Amino acid sequence: MSARSEALLESPTDLREIAVDVIDRARRAGATMAEAVVRDGTEFSTVVRRGEVETLKEAGSRALGLRVFLGHQAASTYSSDFTPEGIEMLVSGAMELAKITSPDPTSGLPDKSELGQISGDLQLYYDDVYSLAAEERIEYARRAEKAALDSDPRLTNSDGGSFDAGTGRKVLANSLGFVGEYRRSLCSVYAAPIARAEDGAMQRDYWYSSARTLSKLDSPENVGREAARRTLRRVGARKIASTRVPVVLEPTVAASIIDNIFDAATGDAVYRQATFLVDQLGQKVAGENITLIDDGTMVGGFGSSPFDGEGVPTRRTVVIEKGVLKSYLLNTYTARKLGLKTTGNAARGLAGTPATGSGNFFLEPGTRTQQQIIAGVKQGLYVTEFLGFGVNLVTGDFSRGASGLWIENGELTYPVEEITIAGNLKDMLNNIAEIGSDLVFRSSMACPTLRIDGMTIAGA
Amino acid sequence: MTQNQSLFFQKFGLTPNDLQSYLGEALSAGGDYADLYFEYLTSTSISVDESMVKSASQGISAGCGVRVLAGERTGFAYTDDLSPNKIMRAARTAALIARGPAKDPVQNLKQAKAHQLYQVATPAADADIAAKVDLVMRADKAARAYDPRIVQVRAGFNDELRQILVIGSDGTYATDVQPLARLSLNCIAKSGQNSARGAAGGGGRVALDFFHTDKTPEYFAQDAARQAIIQLDARDAPAGEMEVVLGPGWPGILLHEAIGHGLEADFNRKGTSAFSGLIGKRVASEKCTVVDNGTLPSRRGSINVDDEGSPTQNTVLIEKGILKGYLSDKLSAKLMGMPDTGNGRRESYEHIPMPRMTNTYMLAGEDAPEDIIRSVNRGVYAVNFGGGQVDITSGKFVFSASEAYMIENGKITAPLKNCTLIGNGPDALTRVSMVGSDLQLDEGVGTCGKDGQSVPVGVGIPTIKLDKMTVGGTAS
Repeated sequence: MSARSEALLESPTDLREIAVDVIDRARRAGATMAEAVVRDGTEFSTVVRRGEVETLKEAGSRALGLRVFLGHQAASTYSSDFTPEGIEMLVSGAMELAKITSPDPTSGLPDKSELGQISGDLQLYYDDVYSLAAEERIEYARRAEKAALDSDPRLTNSDGGSFDAGTGRKVLANSLGFVGEYRRSLCSVYAAPIARAEDGAMQRDYWYSSARTLSKLDSPENVGREAARRTLRRVGARKIASTRVPVVLEPTVAASIIDNIFDAATGDAVYRQATFLVDQLGQKVAGENITLIDDGTMVGGFGSSPFDGEGVPTRRTVVIEKGVLKSYLLNTYTARKLGLKTTGNAARGLAGTPATGSGNFFLEPGTRTQQQIIAGVKQGLYVTEFLGFGVNLVTGDFSRGASGLWIENGELTYPVEEITIAGNLKDMLNNIAEIGSDLVFRSSMACPTLRIDGMTIAGA
Repeated sequence: MTQNQSLFFQKFGLTPNDLQSYLGEALSAGGDYADLYFEYLTSTSISVDESMVKSASQGISAGCGVRVLAGERTGFAYTDDLSPNKIMRAARTAALIARGPAKDPVQNLKQAKAHQLYQVATPAADADIAAKVDLVMRADKAARAYDPRIVQVRAGFNDELRQILVIGSDGTYATDVQPLARLSLNCIAKSGQNSARGAAGGGGRVALDFFHTDKTPEYFAQDAARQAIIQLDARDAPAGEMEVVLGPGWPGILLHEAIGHGLEADFNRKGTSAFSGLIGKRVASEKCTVVDNGTLPSRRGSINVDDEGSPTQNTVLIEKGILKGYLSDKLSAKLMGMPDTGNGRRESYEHIPMPRMTNTYMLAGEDAPEDIIRSVNRGVYAVNFGGGQVDITSGKFVFSASEAYMIENGKITAPLKNCTLIGNGPDALTRVSMVGSDLQLDEGVGTCGKDGQSVPVGVGIPTIKLDKMTVGGTAS
């Protein structure tokens, strides 16, 4: 089956050639500057539920995006049609569209001197993600689910186990002479068992492992057992009365707070005054224990790439250092808008103007273990999940649904659900009382265990 | 020949014979059912920021997804190249889910009678781009003119035209041309040290005229600006259980999260929903009747046929508080021995269809909205919401109020900061004690996500009162 996945992308076209050709055509059509992105990829996924295959999905695809400038006017088009007529439409469409946009003196490609890519192998691509035979891939999914369901008789149902693999290639080129290309691969294994309590109430949780190479993927058994542990600890969850106690966020939950801070620190949010971090550069915005870093250059990282969405080398940017806001996260446009230099954080989809995306964004770990942090809390809530989207980056107001485990005298006790946790990100950044030593990258956003004081729990 | 038959047959050179042979290939290893979903989607996006048209983009996405069902198993493959050998290869890949002798698809593909829900002579996708730019600029201007404290406005117009052809081995043959348009904007207001945001937007399966005659850019702009200005003076929301009144329209997101997802047939077939096994049981007060209706003309959540080629319908989910039915697609309908409600939807040809909502709303009751407010001693009146989310299995759901007020002694008082409301799906609606006569549907901005797939949906609700719900603020 691995041979077939690759074969779905018949005759691997030279994507670089296509990208350069599209830029030439755009220049000939009158574009003063142009930028093209060409990508292709393959995907495989299988879900096994209660031991039986539920879905098998396999495909390959490719697409092309073009951004043109007419002086300071800009527009973009995208298509999956690589025929000469398709590419001609892509170019003429973009040129026509650019004429209706406003001349924006800030717009444009990066300065030529800023273009480039970091050297060395970032180890983002491994063809071993497709090395398993068809039956073995299904077996991975089956093993993960089985390990979960075999853990405890209360695990009576399942949302399944799965195995996914994918590869992607991306070429970016622009009329200033930049041409860059990289490939990435990813594979993952997942399980989501369901437990039924004596009263019939059901609980579900999940766990997964993902990696750029099969050799670094956790075993399906470990993933399944962890999924089971996470699900079982929710059984018998109850609502608690409203209260104000310290909350301890487990790393997956803490990472979502880091994600909010990333969004609040992007140049887009800053120049639109859509963030509580506006006008705060050089100011103290967090406790002295807080250092937040974005690093797009980490070897094998989920957020790593040799260059960003505009062809600017990725780098390591200290965003908050010991509580002081040191840098926003910028692409070419937002940097110019704010009179700063790009931080190599342009994120480019197929169409539209570049947005801002993270490299590997993380909070520097502390020295205490999670267990030590919990042990230091007399009464509090250990949070294992957030629900919903109640974060307002303009004001910093934060209010999300949550579930977790009650902490009593430094120990985890009964499960809790149907409550909210609320506060304000500005205060939360200053009230992080403890930072764990357990920094693990499970995606491009990572954070150790955090204890935050002063938040309100709303319940019964 | 309809517009999009000619598209797929002429532009991509498909023939009726080809279609039959693709289905044959998909069933070459057995399988109970196979279908092919051809899609040709054009989309345009214009965005205005700082009163400049900063971004304009257009794109085309075309492809074909092939699905084969064998018992509870689904094999799926897709291609973005519509040449016969690529489609054939995708069919062969999907076929491998089954293990048995080849089957023959039905020989005569038949087009079923479909709704005509989109009264659109010229889709927005084909309208003059300058006219779309004009709408967005008008929205920007009106928001700025609303109040000098509005310091930033970002407005956008998005439209798409989705042409689909669905064929199935059971004889299904369906085509649809689905227009969709949306105007939306975000405002930031500033006053001294205080900042606030407001958002509004709307549209549907409508022509550009809709934004001239029905809902103008000024209408949406003033609503977004109004919310931002009100939020400048918002105070901390309370924390804990109290009476909650939901305003009409978009607060119907309560129904979408609290019950809609939990009633999608796939979760119930697998027994993974908090609503599993509750058909015929009371899950709401007798004042509540809730439907999912894909047949409302021009609505964002409406479609003539679903993405499996089945006509959409009006499905009663809850009747006077009793759970009546689920939302199903072909697979769940067959496996559960229940009717297909025409809710099989997918984000694109790259995705596998599954049961999804269309327009989900509660029917009007008899209470006057003023009486509902007046009946509350101390509670929250929530009229606008951001997103929501639900844990299908435990039934716990949240939705976040972006515009809400305190009700004190029967009167609406101070605006409240953003806060999340949380509840439990199977019993939240049992606390509905009053239902207003003022049913409204939302403006047409909703997008629902499930398993990583987004589809446009609608919601609606009259003013209702819940006797008890947890409000996630910070004030005591």
